[in-house]
Amino acid sequence: MSLELRGIHKRYGAVRASDGVDLRLEAGEIHGLLGENGAGKSTLMKVLSGFVSPDAGEVVLDGKAVPLGSTRAAIRAGIGMLHQDPLVFLPFTVLDNFLLGSGRRVRRTAAARELERISGEFGFHFDPEAPVRSLTVGERQQLEITRLLWLGARVLILDEPTTGISAVQQERLFATLRALAAKGMIVAFVSHKLEEVEALCTRVSVMRRGRVVGEAALPCPTDRLVEMMFGRVLTPPPREAAPPGEAVLELDGLRPSERGAGEYHLAVRAGEVIGLAGLEGSGQRPFLRTCAGLQRPAAGRLRVGGLDLTSAAYRGYLDAGVHFLPAGRLEEGLITGLSITEHFLLAGSAKGFSIDWDAAEADAAARIEGNLIVGRPGSTAGELSGGNQQRLLLAMMPPEVRLLLMEHPTRGLDLESADWVWRRLLERSRQGTAIVFASADLDELLRYSDRILVFFAGKVLREVAAVETSGEDLGYLIGGKERP
Amino acid sequence: MTWRRVLSALLPAATAVAVGVLLLLSVDAPPHEALRLIFEGSLGSAGGISSTLMAWVPLALAAAGLVVTFAAGLWNIGVEGQIVMGAVAAAAVARYVPAPSGVVLPLLLLAGMLGGLLWGLLVGVLRVKGRVNEIFGGLGLDFVATGLVVYLVIGPWKRAGSASTSGTDLFPREAWLPTTGSLTASWLALAVAAAVLVLVYFLMRGTYFGLRLRAVGANSRSAFLLGISTSRHLLGAFVICGALAGLGGALHASGFHHKLVPAVSGGYGFLGILVVLLAGFRAAWIAPIALFFAVISVGSTQLQLRLQLDSALGGVLQGVLVLFTLLAGGWQLRRAYRSRRRTEEGG
Repeated sequence: MSLELRGIHKRYGAVRASDGVDLRLEAGEIHGLLGENGAGKSTLMKVLSGFVSPDAGEVVLDGKAVPLGSTRAAIRAGIGMLHQDPLVFLPFTVLDNFLLGSGRRVRRTAAARELERISGEFGFHFDPEAPVRSLTVGERQQLEITRLLWLGARVLILDEPTTGISAVQQERLFATLRALAAKGMIVAFVSHKLEEVEALCTRVSVMRRGRVVGEAALPCPTDRLVEMMFGRVLTPPPREAAPPGEAVLELDGLRPSERGAGEYHLAVRAGEVIGLAGLEGSGQRPFLRTCAGLQRPAAGRLRVGGLDLTSAAYRGYLDAGVHFLPAGRLEEGLITGLSITEHFLLAGSAKGFSIDWDAAEADAAARIEGNLIVGRPGSTAGELSGGNQQRLLLAMMPPEVRLLLMEHPTRGLDLESADWVWRRLLERSRQGTAIVFASADLDELLRYSDRILVFFAGKVLREVAAVETSGEDLGYLIGGKERP
Repeated sequence: MTWRRVLSALLPAATAVAVGVLLLLSVDAPPHEALRLIFEGSLGSAGGISSTLMAWVPLALAAAGLVVTFAAGLWNIGVEGQIVMGAVAAAAVARYVPAPSGVVLPLLLLAGMLGGLLWGLLVGVLRVKGRVNEIFGGLGLDFVATGLVVYLVIGPWKRAGSASTSGTDLFPREAWLPTTGSLTASWLALAVAAAVLVLVYFLMRGTYFGLRLRAVGANSRSAFLLGISTSRHLLGAFVICGALAGLGGALHASGFHHKLVPAVSGGYGFLGILVVLLAGFRAAWIAPIALFFAVISVGSTQLQLRLQLDSALGGVLQGVLVLFTLLAGGWQLRRAYRSRRRTEEGG
């Protein structure tokens, strides 16, 4: 038995989530699919399991084409997927969840026996009448696996299954997967964690930007995997060292949340640029949002320019000169239906009652030209391209910013736009603005940061000086490993 | 391209008329006769014209207020109750403040605004502080307001002698709005409503407050990050809408019924929502559309008298018109989206 994906294409707007992917999985192997967040792993697996309709391409199992775009057809053909957050109905019982979606007419007693038989094979134990809400995430996964096997899955896809389960449960999960592969099933294991893939899989395919960029039989040198994941990063010339200014942002045992692992001690000086490296979801987001005043810290102290803002409202942060540029430009930055002129008016926090539209449009036209935005004063934010949206956001920044926090400042921009953005940012930094930015682009991190904080599993794994760090070192750290 | 825009505006109207005609035919009513009766009933006599104009006043005021709440992204279903509370507050002034017209009328209108404002603010506070969706909060308060009126009419404020659901005693003459020549409609009410429409147009188009309100409505998250206080603006929208709706209720009670009746709002709040939807949320279009709706609402009472048809038919015609307009709008959006996608794929 073998499973083949041929020429899978899938676009979301301008993003090519799958850009012509060919992949072949063989029976009896655990095939790892490795890549950064956003590399296209999940989309590809959702296509395979019928969750997402591809724009083009085909899936062939055992020489027969699998109908695409229907989860029902996929499971009938024997392809089942365990999603990152198990798709269970929390208020329902274990047995109800087991039965749901089977489409079969079965007696509950018979189904309960089946549940017990299959789960027993792998050492799982369920109370059929317990509500699923009372199960741990690991147990919910076990229930889903049992259900998929009962439905006749011959191909089992697992999307980042180790997030949120305990080490013991992870061991049991891995043992189960090995047993299934030994029985001749195909197991596809999606992860961005190098160690897991190395521990579990027999083959690995690496994805980057919607394409499969490499494949290897395991074990293989970690160096090779890192290189495939991030591309060959030429260590760029370090930027000139910043003259040390006064401390702008001071964190003293700051904890963004009760549950999170992160606790931060940090001082960022005026004119300094700090890069936040790490896979998405490793703790950068709560860190930045807490520093921006959008999230009350659970513990610790936060000072900006000597002013204690630990329990201040967002407004207080703005007044202290904190500015935040989030990743979702149209979600948390711009306002889709409003024009460029209106954005400048809103950002200018102009006082007064009535608007002088002629003056506002003239001002907007001047700023459009000064910031190289392709658009007219009347263009709405939604009509602008990603690069121009970012230029608009930068142009809306107040003149005096003490601390600038950014998520992915150049994501989705072409080289020229990205270059322009950074020239603007570095100009600010020379004037004394402290910059803290999160990025997935190793080159960007190394090129523009003074220091880099590497996040892993919800906290800072390591702080490194950009000058002393190579792209390879950084790739290892992001994957949670030290370079040997 | 102009003819296409004209067509896209006329198509829903034509479809609505066609559906209306079919509806009339299905109940064996001659369509042209029915339409004639509607227009004759609402515009054919001095009494009809007065009724129509006095229906236009609360309708236009509620719609003007709703433009503000819609701009902030709010579905202020509570507008109906806000009209009612405006009328109740106005009735209280009319009953308890014995004074000449020059004193009692301004007081009465202010009280009406205050009554609607507080009722609107309540919905807003529930939404902002209590996380109660404004649709549910508003709908609940609509029922409370309606219940309160019925209680007042048959309870504490009942007519001398016998309680009746037909309303309280008439207000003292000093609390009646001045009439216009031979019409019983009040020029004062018309002037106030027209002035409010102009003010709301200016508020939404030419002020920072209006711009910030639109920003909050279009994307409250982005607006918040830009430093705009979203809760303050949401409350502001409710206050304005409530005050205007309450003003409409007060004008209607003192200028048309001259008393408090259980159906003092007569559904003008809900109808106002349809007016705003049809106007595409723009203040400039409210006056004519509200007038058209007033004509149908007042005129369709004739259907009952003359053709033994239920007057609700007028409401059905209004609803059908709005439905088809929205449908046409949605259809255009889809087409625009598709053609944009096609050009993107091509490019």
